Amino acid sequence: MTAVVLGPVVLAANAVDTFVQTFFRGAALGSLYALLALSFVLIFKATQTVNFAEGAMALAGTWFLSMVFVDWDVPGRWLGGPTWLHWCLAVVLAAGMTAAIGLVVERLTIRPLIGQPHFTMAMVTLGLEVVITIIAVDAVHLTPRVLAVPWGTDSFRIGGAIVAWSYLAAIVMAGAAFLWTWRFFKTRAGVAMRATAFDQEAALAQGINVGRVFAISWGVGAAIAALSGIFASMAPWGPSGVASRDGAFFVFRALPAVVLGGLDSVVGALVGGLIIGFAEVFAGQYLADHASILGYGYQQVVPYVVMLIGLLIRPYGMFGTEEVRRV
Amino acid sequence: MRGRPNLYTSYEAETKLFPTATKKVLLGLFLVVLVLMPFDLWVVDQIPVVRFLGDSVWLRLVNRMLIFTIGALGLHILSGLAGQLSLGHAFFGGVGAYTAVLVGGKSSANLWGWGLPMWVWLPAAGVVAAAVGIAVAPTAVRVRGLYLGIVTLGLIFIGLHLSRVFPEIAGPGDLGRKWPRLEMRLWKEESAFIDFSRDGHWLWFDVTKHQKTYFLMLGLVLLMAWFAVNLGRTRTGRALAAIRDRDIAAEIMGVPEYRYKTTAFAISSFYAGVSGALFASFVGQIPPEQWSLRASVTFLAALLIGGMGRISGVFMGCFFVVMSHRFVEEIVDWAKHQAEGDGLFSPVFDLVISRGSGDGGLISVAETALGYPLPASALDEIIYGGLIIVFLLFEPLGMYGIWIKVRNYWKGWPFSY
Repeated sequence: MTAVVLGPVVLAANAVDTFVQTFFRGAALGSLYALLALSFVLIFKATQTVNFAEGAMALAGTWFLSMVFVDWDVPGRWLGGPTWLHWCLAVVLAAGMTAAIGLVVERLTIRPLIGQPHFTMAMVTLGLEVVITIIAVDAVHLTPRVLAVPWGTDSFRIGGAIVAWSYLAAIVMAGAAFLWTWRFFKTRAGVAMRATAFDQEAALAQGINVGRVFAISWGVGAAIAALSGIFASMAPWGPSGVASRDGAFFVFRALPAVVLGGLDSVVGALVGGLIIGFAEVFAGQYLADHASILGYGYQQVVPYVVMLIGLLIRPYGMFGTEEVRRV
Repeated sequence: MRGRPNLYTSYEAETKLFPTATKKVLLGLFLVVLVLMPFDLWVVDQIPVVRFLGDSVWLRLVNRMLIFTIGALGLHILSGLAGQLSLGHAFFGGVGAYTAVLVGGKSSANLWGWGLPMWVWLPAAGVVAAAVGIAVAPTAVRVRGLYLGIVTLGLIFIGLHLSRVFPEIAGPGDLGRKWPRLEMRLWKEESAFIDFSRDGHWLWFDVTKHQKTYFLMLGLVLLMAWFAVNLGRTRTGRALAAIRDRDIAAEIMGVPEYRYKTTAFAISSFYAGVSGALFASFVGQIPPEQWSLRASVTFLAALLIGGMGRISGVFMGCFFVVMSHRFVEEIVDWAKHQAEGDGLFSPVFDLVISRGSGDGGLISVAETALGYPLPASALDEIIYGGLIIVFLLFEPLGMYGIWIKVRNYWKGWPFSY
């Protein structure tokens, strides 16, 4: 299925260290899932469609970072100062470029279809997935690329537990994104987005520029997808990470998080992402003795199993709005 | 009253399989052409331009297309008729394929297989897939729309994992294992009485294995399409359409939603299972990765490009989805020859085609085509993905919609109404 095996089983000095290490790994993976889920949710709230091209966008964002920072050395050729600052600027630039893709996609393919059945829009994004992946992988050379992450494979210690800096970075990134979203929903544009999500026609009648709301949500959604793609491609998460054709499927493992939390709930994205992340990592760590029965790589299926159980209990996710259907 | 189009005086007349004599005759003619298709007929060769397929590469592609059509017909029942978005259709194809190899495959030290004949494994593939479909239904029926799409997407990943858990069935590693051949036996005797996978002799004709396979697949497709069309005319079909159009209204009218959705899942999985089993044994050996999201998307694309909810649309869509890759290859090949020749337009083609690292152009035909300019194989993927989008944006009814427009234009010609 995927070449990305997220972290091998850790063997630390004692049980507590193992737990702490596993906890951080779970929190980091959960943060990445939550980030992706946030991106899905923002796009779903505005345009009522699941963006199946998210994986391709994450892939494109990761390529952009590699191109901007490694190949072109973009902020570095004009700016002095430390490399890590250049890297951060390059990340912002890559996210911005992916946001541009999101804007173009929204304007050309999604907006003409507003009001069509969700079936149609979901298929359009699946078509986009094919196109963007091919362009990102084949047109930009199918060679392994480096992201030149400033902290590389370094890690720090908490007691006896070893925690990679990348894990902490992922957690911080997700925290920042959710904080930003929380703040954003209080601004004028954010309120407009919430109103549009609630009722498009009513929002339009109130003078809200619904088209701009769509554009914002797709742009932001694509940028967040790029960020999660970048942070999922760092050292402990497999050598190629998202930046490979298989890696795009990493994103599909975040879909259970969205469904578990509810397709239209930001809180749900956070909680769902963390639950799925913890479930996957803890199952990978503590059920490893039974791997011969469960099969190699069983932890990658855990998200889907959790999702299926969750859906049996609550068909619209934990925080999702139940669909009110008019008769 | 007779002879007026669109005038029906009874419900029976309206639900007739072939409402007009013209349709009957045309379909009959079409069937004759289909049967004669794989032969090199002397008569046909005398007509300029027109050629039947004969035993060519195209016939192999047609076989592939027919197998694919069976699966697409299944998805048509689930998505086109009952309106349920399923991204897990390939999973059921996989279930069918692995049932086939378990029942019909040969066993060895680390592989399971009972070596039973085709008349056992082919129906078994369908029935087991349908049973799995029924088992999945309790979860799938509870969720709607995109949630259903994501749940069924989960099936694919669970299926891929199961194929790794049971290497005894799926075969070791990424190569897969040998599938039973397409051949009819009574039981486990030595020689098959109809062998679709070897050249041979039927009546007075020499037929190759591909021609034999063609007739097997054609028969199966016609049978399954006939069933699918008829299903739409029965109580079950009307119930499914009612659920598709408005599920609450359907339930108020006394259509048990749960039961009919489960039925739709079962029937569509049956089709998928049969198609998967046939495909695997047609190819001979395939890895588990074959049953991926990509395959599911291809099924959906066939439905959407052809035209959602129409049997004729399913056929057109399958033709397009399976053949388009080959067409793109042929066109690129032709353009390459044009560019190399010294015709009037060869400079134009030379601009498009890139023949090496120094040569500019959009499409690469170099041996080791990697990266930009794109090789033809990547190009047709882009065209395929792009066409899905274009059809959805501009012609939601797909090729069927185009056909209706063309037909109506000529129907009213020279008037535009």
